[in-house]
Formats: sequence, C-alpha cells, structure tokens
Amino acid sequence: MSKALLYDATLCVGCKACEGACAEQNKLPYDETIAAEQVQSDHKFTVVLNKNEKYMRRLCMHCQDPACASVCPVGALHKTAAGPVVYEEDRCMGCRYCMAACPFGVPKYEWSKVLPKVQKCVMCPDRVAAGRPTACTEACPTGATKFGEREELIQEARDRIRQNPSNYVPHVFGIEEVGGTSVLILSGVAFEEFGLKPNELPKDPLPLYTYRVLSRIPDFVPLGGMVLGGVWWITHRREEVAAAEAAEKKEDRGGSR
Amino acid sequence: MKFKLTFWKFVFAVIMALGTYALFVRFTQGLGASTNLTDQFPWGIWIGFDVLCGVMLAAGGFTLTAAVHIFNIKRLHAIVRPTVLTAFLGYALVSIALVIDLGRPYRIWHPLVMRNPHSVMFEVAYCVMLYLAVLSLEFSPVVLERFKLEKPLKYIKAALIPLVILGVILSTLHQSSLGTLYLIMPTKLHPFWYSPLLPVYFFISAIAVGLAMTIFESSISSKVFGRALELPILRELGRVMMVVLGVYGILRFEDLFHRGVLKLTLVPSYEMYLFWLEIALALVLPLVLLCIRKVRMSAGGLYLSAVLVVLGFITNRLNVSITGMETSAGQHYIPKWTEYSITAAIVAVGFALFGLAVKYLPIFEDTEHAPEEANAKAIAAAATAMSHAGK
Ligand code: SF4
Ligand code: SF4
Ligand code: SF4
Repeated sequence: MSKALLYDATLCVGCKACEGACAEQNKLPYDETIAAEQVQSDHKFTVVLNKNEKYMRRLCMHCQDPACASVCPVGALHKTAAGPVVYEEDRCMGCRYCMAACPFGVPKYEWSKVLPKVQKCVMCPDRVAAGRPTACTEACPTGATKFGEREELIQEARDRIRQNPSNYVPHVFGIEEVGGTSVLILSGVAFEEFGLKPNELPKDPLPLYTYRVLSRIPDFVPLGGMVLGGVWWITHRREEVAAAEAAEKKEDRGGSR
Repeated sequence: MKFKLTFWKFVFAVIMALGTYALFVRFTQGLGASTNLTDQFPWGIWIGFDVLCGVMLAAGGFTLTAAVHIFNIKRLHAIVRPTVLTAFLGYALVSIALVIDLGRPYRIWHPLVMRNPHSVMFEVAYCVMLYLAVLSLEFSPVVLERFKLEKPLKYIKAALIPLVILGVILSTLHQSSLGTLYLIMPTKLHPFWYSPLLPVYFFISAIAVGLAMTIFESSISSKVFGRALELPILRELGRVMMVVLGVYGILRFEDLFHRGVLKLTLVPSYEMYLFWLEIALALVLPLVLLCIRKVRMSAGGLYLSAVLVVLGFITNRLNVSITGMETSAGQHYIPKWTEYSITAAIVAVGFALFGLAVKYLPIFEDTEHAPEEANAKAIAAAATAMSHAGK
C-alpha cells in the first residue's frame, strides 16, 4: 500500500498555506515576491495557480512508474515503496535527463549555482515514513489537500464526483495518466485550463517506451556478434578458397608439363 | 620551424581565446550564467550539437572498419586509418563536451558504480566508454608502427577482428540509443520527429553520415595533403550512400504517413520550415544529385552530395533536440555566445589534433610517397597554430 495526496481544486481557496509550509519544511526562503511567482522552481516546489479565482495546485505528481527515475543514469531519483519519489543529491551528476523526461516538467535546476542540484517536491519522505501527513497537507485549512492511502483516496475522489456531479469535471487526474500517479487531482474547470492534458498523456507508464527498446539489447549483442562473425568467416573463406584453387591450378599446370 | 601568421591560424587563435574565456565563465559562474538553458529547456547545443552530432559525425569509424574487415571490401582499406582517427577524436571530444555540460562534472564516473540499467543514458555512457577503448586499440597500430613496437603490434593485429566486431556492436547500440533517449518524451517532442522508429532513424542516418564524412574527409585531405584522390573508392561509397538515403527516406515518409502527420508537413509553422530544410538537405538534394550519373562519377559531385548529407543530418539532430522541443517548452532557445564559443573551440581542437596526427603519424599509408613540400604545407594552419598556441 502506498500513500498519496488528493488535491480538490473546488475546495481550494488560494490561501497558499501549502506553499509556505512547504518552504518551511524544505528550509527554503518564502516571502511575498516568492508567493507571487506562478511557477515551480528550484526554490518553490509547489505552486497554487490562480486563474479568475479558480485555483490549481501543482507539485511533483510522484508517478507510480516515474520517467525521471527511469532515465537517471545513476539512480539519483527513485520511487519509494511508501509513495514518494525522492532524490539523492550525492549521486546526481547533473545531466538533466530527468528534467527533459518528466512529462509534467517538474524537476527544476539550480541554474545560478556553480555546483547545482535538482530540486523538486519529494513528498516529505521523512514525515511519510513516520506515518505523518506531508507539511502541505497539514497546513491546508480547507482540506483541499488530503493525505492517505492511494486506493482509498481514489475511492473518495470518485465518490465526490458521484455525489456532486455538477461541481466537477468527471475525471480524476492521476488514476491512469502515465500509468498512474501518487498525486490525484479533482477540478471544477477543464484541466487544460491549467496546462494539464489528460487526453494527450498516454495511459502507459513512459518508461515502457524506452524499455521496449532497451530490453532487446541482451539478445542483440550475441546475435550481432554471431552475424558479423559469420559474415567475416564467409567473406574471408571465399578468399581462402579462391587462393587455394588458384594454387591448385598452378600445381596442376605445373604437373602436366 | 618559423612561425608565420596566416588567416586560418588567426581564426584558430581567436576561437581558442574565446572558447577558453567561455570555459572560464562556465566553470566559475555555473550553467545559468554561461548558457541560455532554463528549467523548460534543459538541453541545448552542447547536447544537441556536441554530443548528438558529434557521435553521428564519428560514425565513419564503425561503418568503414566493418566494410573493410568484416565485409572484406579491400579497396576501402586506404582510408580506414584517417576514418578511425576521426572517430577516435570525435568521441574524445564528445566526452569533453559532456563534461562541460554536466552540472557536476567531477561526478562523471558515477555511472560506473551507481548503475541504473533501465536508463538509456546509462547504456549510452557505457557504450561510448567501451567504444572509445576499442577505437584507441584499433588506432594503436598507427602509433606502435611509428615507434616500431613490434610485439604489441602483433597482439593487436591478432585481436583485430574481434575488436572490429565489438566496435560495430557497440556503435550500433549507442548510435541508435541516442534516438532512444527521446522515446520517453512522446508528449514533448514534435510529431515530425517523435516516432517509435527514432532509434532506427538514428542508426541509419549514422551510417549515411559515416559514409558522407568518409567521402568528405578523403576529398579534403587529398586537397590539403596533396594526395591522389581515391575516386573509384569514393564512387563506391557514394553509391552505397545513395541506397542508404533511399531506405531512410522511404521509412521516414511511410512512418509520417502511418502516424497521420504527413498532412501537417504542408501546414506552415516554424517546425514545418525546419522539417523541410532537413529533408531538402539530407534527402532530396543529395538523392537528386546522386541520381545523375555524371555527378555521381565526379569528385566534385560526390563531395557536394556528401556535404549536403552531413548538413542535412546535422539539421535533423538539431531538429530532434531543439526545434522539436520548443513548442512543448513554450519558449525559443537561442544559444548564448558562451555556448557557441565552447562548441566552436571543441570543433577547432578536433581539426588541430587531426592535423597534428597526420603530420606526426603514418595516417595516410602512402604519405611517404607524397612530395615533402606538399606535406609540409599540409600541416595546415590548425596544426602549427596549435603547437605555437601551446608555447
Ligand atoms: S512528475 Fe515528473 S518528477 Fe515527479 S515523479 Fe513524475 S516524472 Fe518524476
Ligand atoms: S540530473 Fe541528476 S537526477 Fe537528473 S537524471 Fe541526471 S543524474 Fe539523475
Ligand atoms: S509534499 Fe512536502 S515537499 Fe511536496 S509540496 Fe507538500 S510540503 Fe512540499
């Protein structure tokens, strides 16, 4: 069983308490200027977007089979059994493939530092391990962000839509997208308004796309070796035969004389 | 040797000075100050050109060693050495470029001990590393000959065929894997370039470019070093290149058709223009040229086609890594001067090292027969400038 977050945009009042709590939890600066920034960045792991008094909270989706973890050549990112996708700074060599691969554009980089690290929401792994909710959940005054078992939260999200169909877009974002995520989102307005594209995101986990190709390599190597060796043997054998025949002919001629 | 400042030496010196300064900025102020990369656009020309194009341009190494040593096409033997040298230099420089691009360059060894075999990048890293080792062994006879080291020479020669086979396998893997890198981005890369066949495209285009580079280099070196052009060989390479391009073209357009993207290629957009630029340079023009017998038989015609193919596939790689990413990133990416300078310096170093190697090592097996004077001139701007810049 793994933990997840359910964010219900219809309950969100845009107070940004989650932003502040996250900054505190991760020892990041937080003030009015930062609060006004409408993007995730190396110093802001979660953001409450505001469009005409409609809100949408964005943070790392903690994919069930995360693209970022799959591409990292040194395994600096990985999904824990408890749910969070965490980052080990000492491993990272800064190739930024995780940033290129993440379908939600989540990992951010410390561009201004000489020795930068990747920054993103890690779902407060220490708290989660201790059985506590994430900092952002705890700070949320309206219950718009809820912490719990993923299966139960999915159930609850579906119930909320069923009980109040006029309030919601009939879709729980995160059940199926890219193979499922540990952050589930309910919304009253089209997800596309906030750049979430449930119709464009594949249902398969993205790592499958590369793994389909990668998994052939172990067969390819011995096979390729055999084929190339075979070609070499044939092309050079022909030469040997030709040489031998030529020599034979010469001998024949020599003998008949 | 007396130092004379020529135009090219001057250009070389300027490029190196700018590059050195850019490098200084990069390592003292970080990637943010030295590049126009952003969170939305994390990979720029150091990946798109230096790595993707660099590896592609070095593809002559495996195509030619395979042709000569495996398929036993003896006529091509004369150009194996310069091609292997180019490949070796190419890969060495790609590795340097990668170090510059990494946020934490001193951790470049991490994949050796912290493995994630699910990562394409991990696989590429291993293949490139191993292939660099194979290339240095393949090239080592040249050095060993130069210093008359008979014994190791014997061992290397005995191991040559397995080495070549290993090299071809490693190349096939990582050339195609550079395409596989992008398979995980179906929602990000523009449909002109995102295709499940990306690894296949990268592999086939590497072969085409490998052939084109071989034609290109032989033509250039025959001019610069005053050697007779191996025209029959080049004709043969040209013919093979034509077939490879044909196969690539058919695959590419069939795939566009099946994915329902073909009609998009006629709807004006930023991507459309760059798509057609790529197709014109890499496919249409060289194929038309090569179809004309007179062109295909002439040194100039072959040279021109080769240049077009190289430029075309450079455009292709830049399209995959840059053009195709811009819409989803929501921003245009134009490299900073520092990015250009470092890239230019890396290319210049490549030329210089090639010049030096040709001067001091038996790269062209018939160099001894070439007139001494032509040879001396041959050392080329780059080489001399290089040795003087070092002082
Ligand atoms: S949203 Fe992006 S960064 Fe977060 S787990 Fe998924 S792939 Fe990784
Ligand atoms: S930047 Fe770091 S965390 Fe991201 S893929 Fe590269 S090594 Fe892994
Ligand atoms: S889960 Fe933790 S790290 Fe992530 S947004 Fe909430 S408080 Fe920040």
